[in-house]
Amino acid sequence: MLKSRFSGLLFQLIALALSFGVVSLILISIDASPSEAFRNMFKGSFGEMRKFAEVLVAFVPLLLVTAGLLVTFSAGLWNIGVEGQVVLGAIATTWVYRYFLESDLPPALIITLAILGGMIGGAIWAAFTGILKVFGGVNEIFGGLGLNFVATALTIYLIFGPWKRPGVASMSGTIPFPDEFSLPLIENLRISPWALGIALIAIIIVFFLLQGTYFGLKLKAVGKNFRAAYLLGIPTWQYSMYSFLICGALAGLAGAMQVAAVYHRLIPSISSGYGYLGLMVAMLINYQAIWAIPVALFFAALNIGSIQLPIVMKLDSSLSGVLQGVLVLFALLVEGARQKFIKKGQNT
Amino acid sequence: MTQETIIIGLAGILAASAPIVFAVLGETLSERAGVINLSMNGTILLSAMGGFAVAYTTNNIVLGFLTGMLIGALVALIVAFASITLNQSQVAVGFVLALTCRDLSYFLGNPYMGLPGPRLQALPIPFLSDIPIIGALFFRQDAITYISFIAIILVWVWVYRTRPGLMLQGIGEKPAAAYIRGANVNLMRYVYTIIGGALIGLAGPAFSLASRAGWMGTISGLDGFGWIALSITIFGGWNPARAAFGAYLFGFLQWLGLVLQPVLTQVPSQVLQVAPFPLMILTLLLVNIGNAEWVDRTLAAMPERTRKFFAKLLRAMRASPPASLGVPFERD
Repeated sequence: MLKSRFSGLLFQLIALALSFGVVSLILISIDASPSEAFRNMFKGSFGEMRKFAEVLVAFVPLLLVTAGLLVTFSAGLWNIGVEGQVVLGAIATTWVYRYFLESDLPPALIITLAILGGMIGGAIWAAFTGILKVFGGVNEIFGGLGLNFVATALTIYLIFGPWKRPGVASMSGTIPFPDEFSLPLIENLRISPWALGIALIAIIIVFFLLQGTYFGLKLKAVGKNFRAAYLLGIPTWQYSMYSFLICGALAGLAGAMQVAAVYHRLIPSISSGYGYLGLMVAMLINYQAIWAIPVALFFAALNIGSIQLPIVMKLDSSLSGVLQGVLVLFALLVEGARQKFIKKGQNT
Repeated sequence: MTQETIIIGLAGILAASAPIVFAVLGETLSERAGVINLSMNGTILLSAMGGFAVAYTTNNIVLGFLTGMLIGALVALIVAFASITLNQSQVAVGFVLALTCRDLSYFLGNPYMGLPGPRLQALPIPFLSDIPIIGALFFRQDAITYISFIAIILVWVWVYRTRPGLMLQGIGEKPAAAYIRGANVNLMRYVYTIIGGALIGLAGPAFSLASRAGWMGTISGLDGFGWIALSITIFGGWNPARAAFGAYLFGFLQWLGLVLQPVLTQVPSQVLQVAPFPLMILTLLLVNIGNAEWVDRTLAAMPERTRKFFAKLLRAMRASPPASLGVPFERD
């Protein structure tokens, strides 16, 4: 019984219930009403069209990052450097925009070039982690983390240095680009249907890449058993590099969307932590691409919904992060417990 | 710069590095036993907040430090339970805890933001503090800095000079062999992960009750130190003394960044603050590159003399992790 798909779902529901239970306890411990907090978060994300559009704005980069991470996870790599890859995507996009600021090219072409530039920027940054890993023996977690900090420093250097606003540089970022450089937005809302479409197409491509292609199969072979894949004649290190490049390009695309569709300039916190959050989504969906859309949407809704909390209830908005983290933690623990039960069942 | 300002600067580095020293010692112990505690960044923030909150409410600074240790031990217990008992990925659980504990510290610490709380005072040691230079460097610090000095020595002696320490090395390198010789591998892993976690948890209050007293939420500037400590642990090659040296080196680089700021006015201060990171990657590269396969192949193709030189150089820098790091142990 425990082996069936039904039991997997049942255990995940238990994890969900446990996490809401724990977060409720945390809220009660500081004399806040859990039901009021959850209700405010729901209202803050789905209550109005305008708020739901904000959820979608957060959903786009999160889904793109998750799509990329599914590729590196399939290859058995922990691409924690994804956060920096988003940042470099944003930097590269800004660079392309600045380069064509005075040109007569049609805006649509410039936007396309800027987005492609972002993908290349992210891929190059991911390649650094890959090279450090493949040729330098530096674990991708540590190389990636270090590069994340370098990426943030680079952003701040550019904003306060070469790309500073005329007059005075500030944390509000570089000077905004003209309106025609923006991806078209829905009227009166901040969401761009183009960005949404690109993100959905990306996850679909990744789904088919991993499920239905020879490339995906080999990638998974490398991820499952590096040594065996090598002995079977799969060029393992090339596949590791490919997965870094694909993930970097998708993370860079997320950064490009942040610039081209949301902020229209480079700001210090351009990645908004979506890289790390994408790692959480990928873990929660147990690396199954098919679940990426609903779970990324749910996480985006939590992020946007929690913005209400400081205003309405004087609670810190980091509650969404706590809830997301506890959820993933319980999913891991419950999955471990389930496997343990299965094993016990087999032994007796 | 006069001699006096240099000595004050260096003494300041020793004090400011104390939290990182605790963190790298704790992580070294945990990884020596075979468990990566990746939660460090969150643990430090949560224990900094928790330690400050308890010390503020009870007005008892010692209780604050104990709270920090307790938080670190509890988080480590979750890592140990999930990875050893439930067979989940140490990296996954640790990473989730790193983010969750960070957000939890911001959430629960909200009411304590910016409050003026207790802070450890300098505690000069009679006679010793009067020794020229050395006295000013080592014996005019606060209590937690003294404890950090002692902790380095204790952990080093424990790992390299005692029987249980020898067993600890065995558990990390060849758990099967240690098991045959009578060690309860998984129990020992629990114990060392929790002790290591308590040490990591000491790093939090060492910030919030001493070198960076107070709790400021997201602008406390503590976010990131845990990740640095993680790379310093590798830089230290799982040797407590070398890891502590790495912590001081990092402290020195940060101090250098501050000192150079007025000189390098062109460079924004935020850039100098992160300057140690590229250096850290570089050192990781130097430490690890000897482990890469192509290096062996390239070396083999070199003439005898050059090969010997490079091989020696690489061996001097190289650090290999405990062989069973991150690998679950199952007796069968």
